[in-house]
Amino acid sequence: MALNTYSLIATTTVGSGGQAAIDFTAISGSYTDLAIYFSARGVATSDFPAAGMRFNSSSTSYSSRYLLGSGSSATSGSGGSTYIRLGNADGSVQTGSTFASTFIYIPNYAGSTNKSVSVDMVSENNATAAYANLSAGLWSNTAAITSISLFIDGVNLAEHSTATLYGISKS
Amino acid sequence: MADTKIIVNCETGEVTELELTAEEVAQREADAAAFAAAKAEEEAAKAEQAATKASVLARLGITEDEAKALLS
Repeated sequence: MALNTYSLIATTTVGSGGQAAIDFTAISGSYTDLAIYFSARGVATSDFPAAGMRFNSSSTSYSSRYLLGSGSSATSGSGGSTYIRLGNADGSVQTGSTFASTFIYIPNYAGSTNKSVSVDMVSENNATAAYANLSAGLWSNTAAITSISLFIDGVNLAEHSTATLYGISKS
Repeated sequence: MADTKIIVNCETGEVTELELTAEEVAQREADAAAFAAAKAEEEAAKAEQAATKASVLARLGITEDEAKALLS
């Protein structure tokens, strides 16, 4: 049976005042896949804002499809072409100090084919509304991924939002 | 004060804060506008669906719970 080994590459937490994005740069191509845990909350008057991801500072050639469950109904939809839609994060309208939990998996990130992504993101809210998102994304670009930007659409990431990048090695 | 982002250099471990470039600010504004438009469209579709549902229930003369019971 193939054994997958997770190696911590980097982790960072947003400090006081918030940040527009978390960028991981100079990512080595020595792993098989990448995985990211992203705990996200937006500031300003945001209500379940969309979280997004870009590779290599590119804002073209993305596509994504998602399933979104609210607990009482389910919908599906498509993300835009300028970033991969991760899902609905927590915003300032949601209960204070709650964060959306996200897992992102990027197989064959250093290969020479288009890059696929799978994402699950669950928002947290001590109220009726909260969402579970399952997304599949594609970056139609054959370049190796060397940088990743994580952000919330239009608003800053709140203090204590955290992203952790792992390299996955298969043996 | 301009918005900043965190840059984590995975090779050196160095963490820096950098102001967004004019291009990044413009992209951010475009993303926000596109998301707002998509959200408004989604809300309008939901409202239309709810109105259709209410209209059908009214014509049938049954409640939503009774409709659910019929379909279960």
